[in-house]
Amino acid sequence: MNEESIKQIAEVVARYGANQESLVEILSDLNAQLGYLTQETIVEVARRLNLPQSHVFSVATFYSMLNVGPTGKHVIKMCEDAPCHLRGGQEVWQALQDALGIKFGETTPDGQWTLQATSCLGLCAVGPVVVVDDEVIGHVTAERIPEILARYRDEPSGGAA
Amino acid sequence: MTYRAQVLVGSAGEKAPAVEQALLGKIKELHLDQEIQVLEASTLGHPEQPVEIAVYPDGVHYVNVTPADAEVIVTEHLYKGRPVEPLRYREPQVEPLPAPSTKEVRVVLRNVGKIDPENIDDYIAEDGYQALAKVLTEMKPEEVIAEMKASGLRGRGGAGFPTWLKWQFARNSPGDEKYVVCNGDEGDPGAFMNRRVLEGDPHAVIEGMIIAAYVIGAHQGYFYVRAEYPIAIRTLRVAIKQAREYGLLGKDIFGSGFDFDLEVRMGAGAFVCGEETALMRSIEGERGMPTTRPPFPAVSGLWGKPTNINNVETYANVPQIIMRGGQWFASMGTEKSKGTKTFAIAGKVKRTGLIEVPLGITVREVVYDVGGGILDDKKFKAVQTGGPMGGCIPEQFLDLPVDYETLASVGSIMGSGGFVVMDEDTCMVDIARFFMEFVQDESCGKCTPCRVGTRRMLEILTDITEGRGQPGDIERLEKLGEYIKKGSLCGLGQGAPNPVLSTIKFFREEYEAHINDKKCPAKVCRALIEYTIEAEECIGCTRCARNCPVDAITGKAREPHVIDPTVCIRCGICQQVCPVGAVHVE
Amino acid sequence: MKSLAELQKIKERALQRKRLGGQNARARIIVGMGTCGIAAGARDTMTAILKELEQRHIEDVIVTQTGCIGLCEYEPIVQVQVGSEELVTYGKIDTARVPELITKHIQGGEPVAEWIVK
Repeated sequence: MNEESIKQIAEVVARYGANQESLVEILSDLNAQLGYLTQETIVEVARRLNLPQSHVFSVATFYSMLNVGPTGKHVIKMCEDAPCHLRGGQEVWQALQDALGIKFGETTPDGQWTLQATSCLGLCAVGPVVVVDDEVIGHVTAERIPEILARYRDEPSGGAA
Repeated sequence: MTYRAQVLVGSAGEKAPAVEQALLGKIKELHLDQEIQVLEASTLGHPEQPVEIAVYPDGVHYVNVTPADAEVIVTEHLYKGRPVEPLRYREPQVEPLPAPSTKEVRVVLRNVGKIDPENIDDYIAEDGYQALAKVLTEMKPEEVIAEMKASGLRGRGGAGFPTWLKWQFARNSPGDEKYVVCNGDEGDPGAFMNRRVLEGDPHAVIEGMIIAAYVIGAHQGYFYVRAEYPIAIRTLRVAIKQAREYGLLGKDIFGSGFDFDLEVRMGAGAFVCGEETALMRSIEGERGMPTTRPPFPAVSGLWGKPTNINNVETYANVPQIIMRGGQWFASMGTEKSKGTKTFAIAGKVKRTGLIEVPLGITVREVVYDVGGGILDDKKFKAVQTGGPMGGCIPEQFLDLPVDYETLASVGSIMGSGGFVVMDEDTCMVDIARFFMEFVQDESCGKCTPCRVGTRRMLEILTDITEGRGQPGDIERLEKLGEYIKKGSLCGLGQGAPNPVLSTIKFFREEYEAHINDKKCPAKVCRALIEYTIEAEECIGCTRCARNCPVDAITGKAREPHVIDPTVCIRCGICQQVCPVGAVHVE
Repeated sequence: MKSLAELQKIKERALQRKRLGGQNARARIIVGMGTCGIAAGARDTMTAILKELEQRHIEDVIVTQTGCIGLCEYEPIVQVQVGSEELVTYGKIDTARVPELITKHIQGGEPVAEWIVK
């Protein structure tokens, strides 16, 4: 683990406090910054909080928003719970998988996209809803998927996906 | 010569001549050339959607017309006199907006949508923090409890435990170190009332929490909000900061000598953390798994200390009860369920959204008056209340009042107030499988009946919806359901079988049709339906065959087409594109 | 906050500020910025309103935000109050509708009837 990563972890731990009650927040913050939690990250957090590594790992794997494996450049989250299912969520769900050629829970081979299922976002009134990175998009239909994906593909830093 | 009708062809787009040729050819073929005139026009109003044609005097416009479509239009519209609806262009309509429901009574939501949630002065202008001032400067904790008792307020998180009694237990628990916790882990799919309160009026919840803390003798509070609500979290953090700047949080609030402060804790995507014991484990930095009760949080909660935990809506009611009196609150609602409640309406209704109404309103009023009725005026089938652990309420109970006891008596729960409405096109087995998938996924794995039992139930339900159901499956589901209810520690396991058990109870014939006849009456379960083309209705336009993603449709142009069921993947595209409605589902 | 009197003082100041005259403003525009509003495009609507006001050099209009008013189906929701008149609530105000809304209601003083929710 390089010095920069260690510094990054130290900063996050300092922000929330080096105690067990801050563990979920520390891991969430690091997850947001790094995309996912590597084994080294978990070991380093455990050391700084003086907790068993197994405990930190067990917490990291318990919460669905914490990733212990790599994610793509863009993370697409979608809830396909009953309210959105009733309003055509299933077609959107399928269209996303078809468009990217992966299933939910997977990342495209080029590392551009990750599809994740999320629990209800409480936006059922404007459902189906898709979250790309941190942007929420309501009233999504299967037809809108290519246009939505293109918006993120066209980002200058993104390159051609 | 006078023509019976004119067809205008917009000349924009390179395919216009081909469309015009197709029109003329078909018109001639059907000997309509003496009756119908074809004219070229430069544009018909929608040049972005070539090729556009318009039929007058009917005034019907068609866009994106292909030569094949043109022939269909001639046959159907000009020859038979039936406009081809799927090809028809309609101006985007300005829908008439509905009047807000007159049944709404706002207590919890009184400021939501009215004030700027990120400006504490807006809240104070609406008499905010007056209740706290009154409590801290004039009232003893016992007097607050008496007022809460008079109000009859019960927990709005779902279980409906009397709030005053919870406070009294925590107050009477020995110990100097106590905590108050706000449960903002609103995880039920279809429920978003807490998000709305947190995003729209965070100070009402904070004020309610400070009052609870004063009553039980706590000096530290935790706000647990699910990470799926980033804007609620941000708004809440701003609100707490502003309350601190005004000294409404901190030391010696209102010169009363009472100290209290508040921190926000974020969830990380675990539904079970909405259960109070699991939530407290999560705040402590553990895996959010439930623990046995007793001991209840009022005796041994956060870090083993007496803790009062209520949900967002419960706390948000408190300042109003203090200001306007318990009697006023109790004057609304039913005998055992007092006050108002927020409900989120989702699913197959015309108006989705959120509303606050007095308890005791009927299910019908919620669905029809508040929700505006069923989408596309279809037939109501059931409403699922109380989230994934609630039950489905069928049509015969539409006139029952919505209160804690009545919902329980028909196998459902109030829960946090979600209403998911289903219509005649909803398959109840599919929806039960859906909810089971949810609880199976969210089961924390601690209790074996919940961990293994929900998986077995899901397998059976999946088999039924995919045509592998066997006699005895219904009984197996019922038996497993009872075991899971009895053998699980927390509300998730105890409620997990509810959607299945209630749908079996009220829609048993749908299960039987899936298992015995291998049919899905609502025509939803793909393995149990078949798409066919009615030969007499088919005009051989080839649209279905051209759009089929797996080439399951064969047939020559102008001749009836046939779907090969062994190749068909039941995607339904053929039905959507057929201009004459010749594709049927069996 | 050490006394009730202090709270009253803040309340009066806040009420004063809420009155349009108190800020020399002719109108107020409130955009519903709950998550459902944002998912339906409220952020774009807000940006469009600010841009439109700037381009037309209108400086005496207060633009604020609020939470969700409960008609999520009609998000983005925008409320407009001109002078001492009643607050008007509009539904489905996307960026395309913003210029007309400002021309007719803010500058012309006439609400756009067909977009009104209540």
